[in-house]
Amino acid sequence: MKPILRVENVSKEYRIGTSPPSQRTLREIFTDTVAKPFKWGRNGLPAHETIWALKNVNFEVQPGEVVGIMGKNGAGKSTLLKILSRVTEPTTGRIELYGRLGSLLEVGTGFHAELTGRENVFLTGAILGMSKAEVRRKFDEIVAFSEIEKFIDTPVKWYSSGMFLRLAFAVSAHLEPEILLLDEVLAVGDMSFQQKCFERMKRMKERGTTILLVSHSLPAIQRACGRSIFLKDGRIAAIGETSLVIPQFRDYMRLSQQTLPVATASYTGITIGEFEMFGADGQSGRKFQFGESVRVRIKLHASRRIDFPLINFGVSRSDGVVICNFNNWYDNFKIDYIEGDCSLEGWLPPFRLIPFRYGIHVLVWQSGAGYAQEDLSKLQPLAATQLGEFAIEGPSLSEADGVFQEPARRWVFTRGSHRIEHSDIDADSLIRAFGETAQLAEGSQRAVTS
Amino acid sequence: MALTIREDAGSLRQADDAHDPGTEALSNLSTADVNLFDRPLVVIQPNRSWSAFDARELWAHRELLYFLTLRDLKARYKQTLLGALWVVLQPLLMTLVFTVFLGMLARVRPPSGLPYPVFVYSGLLPWMFISGGILGCSASLIGNANLLTKVYFPRVLLPAANLGTRLLDFAISLVILVGLIVIYRVVFHYQVAPTWRLAALPFVLALMTLFTLSVGTFVSSLNVKYRDVGVALPVLIQLWMFTSPIVYPPSYVPEKWRTLYSLNPIVGLIEGFRAALLGTELPILAITFSASFTIIALVCAAYVFRRTEKGFADVI
Repeated sequence: MKPILRVENVSKEYRIGTSPPSQRTLREIFTDTVAKPFKWGRNGLPAHETIWALKNVNFEVQPGEVVGIMGKNGAGKSTLLKILSRVTEPTTGRIELYGRLGSLLEVGTGFHAELTGRENVFLTGAILGMSKAEVRRKFDEIVAFSEIEKFIDTPVKWYSSGMFLRLAFAVSAHLEPEILLLDEVLAVGDMSFQQKCFERMKRMKERGTTILLVSHSLPAIQRACGRSIFLKDGRIAAIGETSLVIPQFRDYMRLSQQTLPVATASYTGITIGEFEMFGADGQSGRKFQFGESVRVRIKLHASRRIDFPLINFGVSRSDGVVICNFNNWYDNFKIDYIEGDCSLEGWLPPFRLIPFRYGIHVLVWQSGAGYAQEDLSKLQPLAATQLGEFAIEGPSLSEADGVFQEPARRWVFTRGSHRIEHSDIDADSLIRAFGETAQLAEGSQRAVTS
Repeated sequence: MALTIREDAGSLRQADDAHDPGTEALSNLSTADVNLFDRPLVVIQPNRSWSAFDARELWAHRELLYFLTLRDLKARYKQTLLGALWVVLQPLLMTLVFTVFLGMLARVRPPSGLPYPVFVYSGLLPWMFISGGILGCSASLIGNANLLTKVYFPRVLLPAANLGTRLLDFAISLVILVGLIVIYRVVFHYQVAPTWRLAALPFVLALMTLFTLSVGTFVSSLNVKYRDVGVALPVLIQLWMFTSPIVYPPSYVPEKWRTLYSLNPIVGLIEGFRAALLGTELPILAITFSASFTIIALVCAAYVFRRTEKGFADVI
C-alpha cells in the first residue's frame, strides 16, 4: 500500500550555547565585535556549538495506522512533530504528506481569554485549519462534548481551568484531518473526560485517520499504537511493532542512568561525606544485577560527640515509596558514639528489586541515652540526605510486577493422588525463566494496560 | 518553507464548505481510500528558492485572517468603559490639543483658509492609521509567539490581521471627519468641500494600506530577531510624525529643504489624503514618490519576511 506519510533523511540542526549571530540584540553585536579577537576559535571561525535535534530520520506511515513515538526528553520527539506540522523547517531532508495534516500540539493554543467560548471555538477552528462552515456544522457537537453549554457565551477568562481545557480539547477533537498529530493531549480533565477522549480517538482510528501519538505514557502507546518509533538522540533507535519497541525503550531508560553526584548536608554537627556502593565484584558503581549483593559505605564527620547514633539507609522507588531500610539499631549493632571522621560499611542482602532505578538516602538519628527499647522515643533526627540513585538490571519485569521478586522456597501441586513437589529453587531460577525476555516483557505490559 | 498545495486541496475544502456530502463521503471511506492523492498534498523540505508569497495558500487561509482580525478587534476594547468610542476619542483629543497649542497659541495657518481643526484631524487620521499600524504589526508576531511555535499558517496573517483592525478604526474616524467638514461648512461657512479630487481617495487609501503593511511586516520580522526594534520604534515614529506634514502644512518647510522633505513617503500619503477629502492641491510628485517607495518596500518586505518566517519558531 502507498504510505500516507513519508519522511526521508530528515535532519534538524539547532545552534546552542553562544547565541547565534542572527539572534543577538544590537548591544550584543557591539560588545561581541569588541571582544571578537578573544572569542574566536582556533580556525578563526566564531565559536558556536550546534546540535542535531534530528539526524537522518526515515520512516513511512501507512494510511490508517496509529504510530507511537517515544523517547527521553530531548530525543527529538517534539522537533519531529514541529517539522511535520510545518512550524519549523527541516535542515535537510524531505517529507511527503498525502493528506491533510492536523496537529493537537497543545490544548488551548489560540484561545483568547477575553473572547467568549463561542468566539474561541470559531477562532481555534480556523487556526487548526477548519473552515467556518465546518465549525458551524460541528458547533453543537463540540459544545456538547465539552459539557459547558451554559457558559458558552461567557469569556473564557472566567472559566475554571478544567472547563477551559475541555472546551479547547473539544474543538481539537473535532478536527478531521487524514493525518493527526497528538502530543500528550490525552492527559486532560478527569477520568470520565479522558475516557471520552480515548473513545473519540478510537472513532477517528476506525474512520481511517492516521495518527501519530507522542507520549511519555507507555501504557497509552501500548494501548493505542500498533507500531512505534523509539527516538534516541535524534535518531531512530528502534521502529516496529510496539510490543517489541517498548522493551528496548525500557532497557534504555534503565541503562542510561548515570552515576549521580553525591549530595552533602551539614547541620546539627554531622556532615555526610562520601558515599559509595559496591557490587559483588567489589567495584564501586551504581548499576547492579538483579539478585546481586551490594555493599554500601558512608563517611561521616561529626564536629561534636554524638552518642548512640542510629544510621539508616533507605531505598525508595521512583514514586517516593520507601521500599526498605537498613539500620544498625534494628540489627542490634551498637555504636557508642561518633566523633571526628568515621565510616560505616554495610553488606546488604541480595537486591531482588524489580529492575529499575531506585533512590537511596541516609538518615542519622541520635538517641543520646542508649539502645534500649525505651530510648526509641527519644530519637532526634540529625541529618537526612539523598545519596542519589542506583539501577538494578536484569529480567524484564516491570513496575506492574510489584516491588521485588523473591523465589518461593517450595512448591507442591496435588491432583487426586498425583503429587508434584518442587524445591530446587535458587536465585538464578528466575533469570533462567527469562530466556524469552521479550515475550515476558510483553506479558507484563499486558498486565499494565488491562 | 517550500510547499506545494495541489488543487485537490481546494476541492477538498470546497467539499467541506458545501456541507455534508463531501465530508460524509470522506468519513465513510475505507482505510485504503483515504489515500486520495497520487502526488503528495504537501511536501516539506528546506526552502532554497526565492519564492514570494504563495497567493493560493493565502487565499486558502482567508477565513483565518477574518477570525484573527475579529479576535484583535473584540479583544482590544473588551472591559473598557467607553469601548469603541476610544477609536474616535483618540484623534479628537489630539486634535483638541494641537488646535489649542498650535492652532490658537502658535497660530499655525493651514493653506487655502482651511479651519485648523479640520486640517489637523485630516492629518492625524491617516497618520494614526499608519503609525498605529506599523507599531501594531511590529508587535503582532511576538505577541502571538504561542501560535507561531505550535501551529502552521502563513505568518503574514498576523500583521495583516492587526492592520485589518486599524482599517476599521480608520473607517469610523473617517465618518467623524466627514461630520467635521459638514459642521464647518454649514455652521461656520468655511469653504471646505471635496472636489473631483475625491476620485483619488481609493487610490490614496490603497497606497496607505500597502505602505503600512510593507513597513509593518518588515519591522515585525525584524522584531522577532532584534527586540531593539520594539523599543526604538515608538521614538522613531514620534520623530517621523514631526518630520511629516501632520500638524503643520508642508509650506512651512523652507523652500531649499522642500525636495529633501518630500523624500519622506508619508508626505505624499498625508497630502494626497487631504487633497482628496478637503480639495487642497494634489501633490502629484510626492504621491508618485510614495507609490514607488511603496512598491519597492512591498517587494523587499515580502522577500525579507519570507526568508525569515521559517525561522520564527526557532528564534522567538
